[in-house]
Order: sequence, then C-alpha cells, then structure tokens
Amino acid sequence: MKRTGVDLLVGLFVLLGFAALVFLAMRAGNMSSAVGLGPTYDTLARFDNIGGLKPRAAVRSAGVVVGRVAAIRFDDQSYQAEVVLALDQRYHFPKDSSAKILTSGLLGEQYIGLEPGGDEEMLAAGDRITMTQSAVVLENLVGQFLYGKAAEGAGKK
Amino acid sequence: MRTLLLPLQWLVGFVVAVGEGARFFVHLCWLSLAALRRPRLVIDQVHFIGNYSLSIILVSGLLIGFVLGLQGYYTLRRYGSEEALGVLVTLSLVRELGPVVTALLFAGRAGTSLTAEVGLMKAGEQIDAMEMMAVDPVSRVLAPRFAAAVFSMPLLAALFSALGVLGGYLVGVVMIGVDAGSFWGQMQSGVDWLDDVGNGVVKSVVFGFTVAYVALFVGFNAQPTPEGVARATTTTVVAASLAILGLDFIMTALMFSTD
Repeated sequence: MKRTGVDLLVGLFVLLGFAALVFLAMRAGNMSSAVGLGPTYDTLARFDNIGGLKPRAAVRSAGVVVGRVAAIRFDDQSYQAEVVLALDQRYHFPKDSSAKILTSGLLGEQYIGLEPGGDEEMLAAGDRITMTQSAVVLENLVGQFLYGKAAEGAGKK
Repeated sequence: MRTLLLPLQWLVGFVVAVGEGARFFVHLCWLSLAALRRPRLVIDQVHFIGNYSLSIILVSGLLIGFVLGLQGYYTLRRYGSEEALGVLVTLSLVRELGPVVTALLFAGRAGTSLTAEVGLMKAGEQIDAMEMMAVDPVSRVLAPRFAAAVFSMPLLAALFSALGVLGGYLVGVVMIGVDAGSFWGQMQSGVDWLDDVGNGVVKSVVFGFTVAYVALFVGFNAQPTPEGVARATTTTVVAASLAILGLDFIMTALMFSTD
C-alpha cells in the first residue's frame, strides 16, 4: 500500500512538471505560432535588400498573418536575396501579387506585406512572386534627403 | 630547495584531486544509467528529492513572479512600455531566474539532505557494511540519488517558471490593470520556445548534474563524525551555489550571445 502511495505522488510530480513545460512552450512561448500554421505551400521571391527580415517573420495580407518566412538565401547568380515564403494553404493569391518588406510600427520587426494582383491564375507551390519591393534602408533615405537638399541649394544659386 | 618544491607539490596535489573528482563524476553518470534498471530505488529518490522540494519551489516561484510583476511594471512605466510586462517577466524567468533560483533552492534543500544522508551512512558504517556484503555502495546508494536529482531539476525549474509567469499575471493584470491581451500576446511573440524555454531546460539539466554531483561527492568523502557531516553540508551549499552561478555565466554567454 505504501508503495502505490509513493508511486502516485511521484507520478503526479512528473506530470505536473511536464504540464508546466508544455505551458511554457505553448502558452508563454511562440511554439504554437512557429509550428502550428497548418499545411503550407512554398513560394519564392527575390529582393534587392531584405533589410532586417528574419526567418519565421510574418507574411501578412491586409494585416492578417497568412504565412511565415521559411528561409532566406543569397542567390549568387542574380546577386539578390531569395526568400522562401510558406503560405497557408487556405489562402490563394493571384500570380501577379506583389511582395513588399514593411516594418510594423516605426522601429518594429520587419514582415512581408502581400498585395493581391488581378490575375485569374493563382500561385502554386514553387512559383515565384515577380513583383517585389525591397526594405527601406534608413541610411539611403538620409543620403537621398541630404543630396536632395544639396542639389536644391546648388540649383537656387 | 624544499620551499621551491612546496608550491609544485601543492599544484600536483590539486591536479590529482581534480582527476579523482572527474573519475567519480564519470563513474556516477555511468552507474546512474545502470540504476534505471532498478526503477523502484530511483522512484523512491525522486519522491524524496523532487516531491519534498515542491513546496519551497512552488511558493518561491509564485512570490518571485509577484516581485517581477511589480518591479517590472514600475520600471516599464517610466518608458511608457507597460504592455511589455509579460515579455519581461517571462524572459527573466525562463532564461535566468527559473533555472538559477531553482538550482540554488534545490542545492539548499535537496543537496544538503543528500549530503547529510550519505555522510551519516558513512558515519554509521553502513557504507563499509555494504562493501563487506559485496554490494557496491556507489551503485546502490549514490547512483539512484544522482539519477533522481538530474531528473527532478528540469521539472522543478519548469514549475518555478510557470508559477512565476502566473504570479506576474496576477500582479500585473489582475492587481495593477495591465492589458491582459498585450500581456499574453507580446509574451507569445517575444518568447521563443527553443531559444528561450529550450535553453532554460538545458541550463536546469546542467545545474541538476552539478548539485547532485557536489552533494554526493562531498557527502561520500565527508569525515565520518557529526562535525564532519555538519561541515560537509555547509560545503555542499557553498560549493554548489558558486558552481551554479559560475556555470550560469558561461552558459548564458554561450547560449544568448547574438552574432
């Protein structure tokens, strides 16, 4: 009788510990969003500059998360960044959709904004999104602004 | 000439002691695998080491969650970022406070009782009696305790962190009024289950090995007198705590450096 009492307590302890681990991973951590998107299909997109885009960043359309960035590679034939987007199979986008790298908030994380085009044919697994817009690089913006101001000043003279 | 040899002798003695310690550690690890063949012994030890530590771990986790919630809120409010309270509390707990504080409490509670038990066995000549009966005391007495401690530590650390998150929620959302949606939402996007929770689990396993090894080594080699056992328990707490904090620094540098 005493043996089963000890076993019961130890079993409860182990179960509680595992429950705490699962709670931490799924509720407190991002395991459910990192793993549980459901079945996805991969599409490719090339960008001149991905800025601070990271794998597992969100792919949003109209603000709703429709997929995740699966992988980011460098293509040394075209010297561009190649991004693999894993899109949820529930959502289909026209073949001429465009992908832009946007920032959430002013200094937040970067994500890919997907805007649907007007084509009747939909993107399939392995297709390439041709219309892309790279991330805004702050230094280029500042440089443009400074040169613009300098050109304006020289033009006035 | 003799005074020149003294530091050299001391150095050689130190290296030999390190070697003995390493051999004991490997022996323990190897035997604790074999001890799993006698699950009855291990389960009894898990009950003794893990279940009896539950009360202090659970209450401490909750209280530290309360404090983190309060302090975090007061500091974040200065920068207008109260919504980040969930991320702050959870990352602090899962990455650092959970494994480290659990290990320190574990060393104080379970480590000292392990050392005292083994030391008293030695003082009461039970170890010698076992050797007389051709029963290996290391595999019968030490290895099940080692396996049980290594097994219990990550579970206790997870419970500590989970209760800490709950405590932070109770203070931050229920008591102070931080928005519940941003509490959980920012936490879920800011805490990575592999990089943060996973690394925390790895840390707690390493700390389990550390506390178990220090407690059993010090107990097994204690002076077989009451004063010897008392000194041994103090040595266990001090040595295990310092080892935990030192290893924590090394592991944090290895795991969380961003490059």
